[in-house]
Amino acid sequence: MSNNTYIYLLVAALTIFAIRALPLTLIQKEIKNRFIRSFLYYVPYVTLSVMTFPAIISATSSWISGTVAFVTAIIVAWIDGNLFKVALSSCIAVYAVEAFFL
Amino acid sequence: MQNKKNYLQGLRDGTPISLGYFAVGFTLGIAAKAMGLTAFQAGLMSATMHASAGEFAVLTVIAGQSGYLSMIITQLVINMRYFLMACSLSQKIDRDTSLPKRLLLGYFVTDEIFGISVSKKEPLNPFYNFGAATIASPGWILGTVLGAAIGNILPGSLSSALSVALYGMFLAVVIPPSKKDKTIAAVVVISMIGSLGFSTMPFIKDFAASTRIIILTIVIASIAAIVRPVDDRQLDEAETHEELGQKLAEDEEEVQR
Repeated sequence: MSNNTYIYLLVAALTIFAIRALPLTLIQKEIKNRFIRSFLYYVPYVTLSVMTFPAIISATSSWISGTVAFVTAIIVAWIDGNLFKVALSSCIAVYAVEAFFL
Repeated sequence: MQNKKNYLQGLRDGTPISLGYFAVGFTLGIAAKAMGLTAFQAGLMSATMHASAGEFAVLTVIAGQSGYLSMIITQLVINMRYFLMACSLSQKIDRDTSLPKRLLLGYFVTDEIFGISVSKKEPLNPFYNFGAATIASPGWILGTVLGAAIGNILPGSLSSALSVALYGMFLAVVIPPSKKDKTIAAVVVISMIGSLGFSTMPFIKDFAASTRIIILTIVIASIAAIVRPVDDRQLDEAETHEELGQKLAEDEEEVQR
């Protein structure tokens, strides 16, 4: 089992690295195709949004604090886009809600 | 000079990521231990992969002794989003970026590090990502090792609060451009509705989370690309990036003071 485990880890690590590194090393030219460029432009916004919601609601120990974190993050991000401030304020919101209201 | 500035910015923006990674890594470590990995093996896994969902899948494959081919296929499917992110990054960096830098940049394509680099104006300086990785990666590795080694010591209230840090940052990336650009705003809202739908619909909700992410990303980004191709909006985009760049610069001055 022990020997196997290391080979499993090596196989997985190489696969993941290939997935990440191939586009960065093979695609050195600027892509001209309008559709592909537009597609890649929108990808991060879709992926990040999909990963955030509804996952953030169920990330905490209660959906109430999760919802509060979601709303807090949106409001703070709307007013001030600073990553650190947004992350911190949503953490504090969860902590406060769970400490005082739940 | 520019490299150092970007590196420091990356370090700063990577700090909340590191905290979030620590918390998530901790739970991953506990799972790794339960699946029969040692703390060293768990740490090795996190150091070489930096992939939350991917690593959970690694544990499942190892625990089931499903074979190396199964490991490759599972990882290809679960981590396909990194392929899309790396494609996106390859367009954002300077074309003259050297091969070692490209490889290192690829090594640290994670949801979070990619997420914060989205808001950087083009061309993206890889040192920004390196800075973020310098602080975020140890949080991830340390979290995994400690989770495997000492299990459940983090108070529940704290890990609950830390668990939203990453999502908060994702929102900090997608919300500000949504104020300026109605298409991005629509894309964000539709993505969230689609994600909610996919996670509650019968049958589809049984898909792995990573599969749902891939499907939604390909479908919604394709539709957006057809309905609103980027060329029409180059000016808006440039403006948004410029303002964001200025904002980051102001933030940095603030921090330095």
